Amino acid sequence: MIIAEQKPLAEVKALVADAQKVLVVGCGTCVTVCFAGGAREAAIMAASLRMATQLDGNGKEVAEVVVQRQCEWEYLDEIAQQVGEVDVVLSLGCGIGVQAMVEHFSNAWVVPGLNTSFLGLPTEQGVWAERCAACGDCILGLTGGICPIARCSKSLLNGPCGGSENGHCEINAEVPCAWQLIYDRLSSLGKLDRLLEIQPPKNWRTARDGGPRKIVRPDLRLPAEEE
Amino acid sequence: MPPEPNGNGYLSGSNLEKVLKHGHFAVTGELGPPQNADGEVIRKKAKLLKGNCDAVNLTDNQTAIVRMSSIGAGAIVVQEGLEPIIQMTCRDRNRLAMQSDLLGAYALGMRNLLCLSGDHQTFGNHPTAKNVFDLDSIQMVQMVSLMRDTKVFQCGEAFKGQEPRFFVGAAESPFANPIEFRPLRLGKKVKAGASFIQTQLIYDIEAFKTFMTKVRELGLSEKVYILAGVGPLKSPTMARYMKDNVPGLWIPDQLIERMAAVGAPWAGKSKDELTKEDKKARSAAWQTEGIKICIELIQQIREIEGVAGVHIMAIEWEEAVKPIVEGAGLLPRPIV
Ligand code: SF4
Ligand code: SF4
Repeated sequence: MIIAEQKPLAEVKALVADAQKVLVVGCGTCVTVCFAGGAREAAIMAASLRMATQLDGNGKEVAEVVVQRQCEWEYLDEIAQQVGEVDVVLSLGCGIGVQAMVEHFSNAWVVPGLNTSFLGLPTEQGVWAERCAACGDCILGLTGGICPIARCSKSLLNGPCGGSENGHCEINAEVPCAWQLIYDRLSSLGKLDRLLEIQPPKNWRTARDGGPRKIVRPDLRLPAEEE
Repeated sequence: MPPEPNGNGYLSGSNLEKVLKHGHFAVTGELGPPQNADGEVIRKKAKLLKGNCDAVNLTDNQTAIVRMSSIGAGAIVVQEGLEPIIQMTCRDRNRLAMQSDLLGAYALGMRNLLCLSGDHQTFGNHPTAKNVFDLDSIQMVQMVSLMRDTKVFQCGEAFKGQEPRFFVGAAESPFANPIEFRPLRLGKKVKAGASFIQTQLIYDIEAFKTFMTKVRELGLSEKVYILAGVGPLKSPTMARYMKDNVPGLWIPDQLIERMAAVGAPWAGKSKDELTKEDKKARSAAWQTEGIKICIELIQQIREIEGVAGVHIMAIEWEEAVKPIVEGAGLLPRPIV
């Protein structure tokens, strides 16, 4: 899922400084699960903004609402009226949620309350870690299901650099070395021979390097939309 | 076998390639470009190294700190009559920049190339930079070998005219993790087209022997020239720091104790109690011992089957190279 974390309150305050009426919009999907922008966080954010701006002597009207999925336009219709009534919408969705609202509400001023961090999973209570960089051409089948693009600090494809030490990456002791993980897994499964092949340069065109990406599925298109 | 340029049997015709091919025990050095645009720094260091090494590595933004480019500095080294080994990392360039820079480097007279992953930029002086890592070092080795041998760019497009004919090398850290994979990874580098390998600094001879046994068993020492990395220790503190902080750098305690022992006359005194002269004398004692240890290491390394030379890393202490090479009985350098 998409992992995000809240921006510091001072930054959020600056983003909504010009507005009198603020609508905080949470999202019920990824950011709820990672405790960054669900119903609870939206309520706390709204209360904090109310309190902080009151203390500053210019108390704002702050309301909050949560949609099930901020990244799909159909879920946004239900908040159209509320959005129309405020000066600024503070999205607690991921970067996609913010943009979905911008595209749906052409007159609304929408600002992000979160930093969208990565695609990952919770590894322990209160800990999330990156797992995928959405490179568009998945090679997990070569690496025993451990992603060197997202998890090796240098996205190496042919094995560990010289910085791998005691299982962690050279960048710091908190980061496991992806290639140590790959090596251990393939070696325990008796498939080390897979690491001996030279992996050719990656086609990064399917990643962000090829420009903004889009998928069109003709099988799912409606007849009216066909050219 | 790749086509022979000018029918002379060499891949690049570089001095380093010739020295190795003629079976001489090779000596390479290292020259760290300055953090400024002063070419004189390069000339001075080149003068210290000339005649003592067969070729010298020009580091590429070493430890991710901005310095004069390896190719720019390499051009000066060529003017000085010393042979450069251009280091190139995958951190700062994509495949377009790598290829175009190498065409330029060849045109400027450079003939050796060392392909590296590169230290992560978080270590250096621009930790907020975006990195590249379009290719990894093995893919870079393959790309430049194919440019040389088949006259194609990485994209597969053939080109006409002069191809860049580099003697292509790679680095290997024999004691980095996972240690069992290191000789196999070396094999991949050879398969990709590497002709020579320079290793991380070796202080632990027994461990290096074990590594070399594996390398010989894999038949790699017959396919690639292995230059063992060596370097003079400057002080026991520096030795301890390197041992604790540099991945894959193993320094036996006994060597650190030897370094400490020569500093014994000044031991037990606090920093403030030592006069300037004391400190100077202590440094000199450490440096003499560091050079001595380095010479002994080279002598032991020479005895190991399958080692084709040494790569002396004495960055910011280029003066040490001559006494080391001389002390190891490796002067004069062969003229081939
Ligand atoms: S290989 Fe690409 S798609 Fe697969 S997990 Fe890694 S980044 Fe994601
Ligand atoms: S130490 Fe491991 S994870 Fe870190 S850059 Fe090197 S190979 Fe990648």
